[in-house]
Amino acid sequence: MTPLAVSIAGGIASFALVLVVLDLIRRHRLRERYALLWLATGTVLTVLSAWRDGLNTIAGWFGVRSYPPAVLFAVAILFIIAVLLHYSTVISRLSDQNVLLAQKLALLEQELLDRRAS
Amino acid sequence: MHVETLLQLSELRRVAIVPALNEEHTVQRVIDELRAFDPGLDVVVIDDGSSDRTAAAASAKGAHVLRLPFNLGIGGAVQTGFKFAFERDYDIAVRVDGDGQHDPAQLARIVAPVLRGDADIVIGSRFATSEGGYRSSRSRRVGIRILAAVVSRIVGQRVTDTTSGFQALNRKGIALFARDYPHDYPEVEATVMVFRHRLRLQEVPVSMRERSGGQSSITALRSIYYMVKVLLAIFVGLFRRHVIPQEESA
Repeated sequence: MTPLAVSIAGGIASFALVLVVLDLIRRHRLRERYALLWLATGTVLTVLSAWRDGLNTIAGWFGVRSYPPAVLFAVAILFIIAVLLHYSTVISRLSDQNVLLAQKLALLEQELLDRRAS
Repeated sequence: MHVETLLQLSELRRVAIVPALNEEHTVQRVIDELRAFDPGLDVVVIDDGSSDRTAAAASAKGAHVLRLPFNLGIGGAVQTGFKFAFERDYDIAVRVDGDGQHDPAQLARIVAPVLRGDADIVIGSRFATSEGGYRSSRSRRVGIRILAAVVSRIVGQRVTDTTSGFQALNRKGIALFARDYPHDYPEVEATVMVFRHRLRLQEVPVSMRERSGGQSSITALRSIYYMVKVLLAIFVGLFRRHVIPQEESA
């Protein structure tokens, strides 16, 4: 069985994550579309921390008998990888768009200068 | 259209905001129909990164064309139009989709409450009466109903169609949306925003046509994602103290 202290600490930390994410959305510091994965992460981890029997059962499926919280860590790592991968795609799109913007700006500036000259 | 309405309109600077994504086959007809409704109406087409000849088709009809360098999504595209209307000092803006599903002949109904000063923003609703058989997929209709019910509850006024982009706004509405407009799937959040800013919103019944070109921006799987996202945005938005986001410091 998971040590109670681990469940409590895990639950508090995960729930705090959910609250922080919601507050960031509220302050317009985080867009909803980028918050959804974080909210899913926080919610799943909160549930797995609080629902001790469930964590035990899931650990059993994977043959983890000695230390069920290992499953909690594994799930957390999985979600973090998902968030990071998501961000990598977001950054890639942003840098593509940035190139486009710079090119467009250069073309517009050139056209403006041409028009002023004539 | 009533002569009265036309006369009132003629004294105002007015613009039609037409977001278009790959609508080369319909955008010209939309522009023609807008001019038929009101010859003095300026038209600004926002080409949201089309890969076809949408921009050229719109320019050929004498519309102002704003070409976005890449696809911003409907919210970003429409807000570009509101910014144009705000900066060029338009008094009234109507929003009509470039795919032809909104019939400009019905604009008189939508514009009337704004002209009378009864509303700051008027939305053409497909569901305000039983008139006009609006057909769309079942899941989509259910989604629209759920959102309408949630939004009605929050704003304390019955709204039936929170996803309609067939709208008219006065200067106050233009100013608000030029400054802050939601992303992706904006109409639902925008409706709540309008109420939080104490602008007056009215719905008038309209019928919409079958889409004659392009593709709906919303597919089945995406509608679930948008539903979750929009509900999240609405509920979190309710806890905002400052309804207008602070200006970004440069």
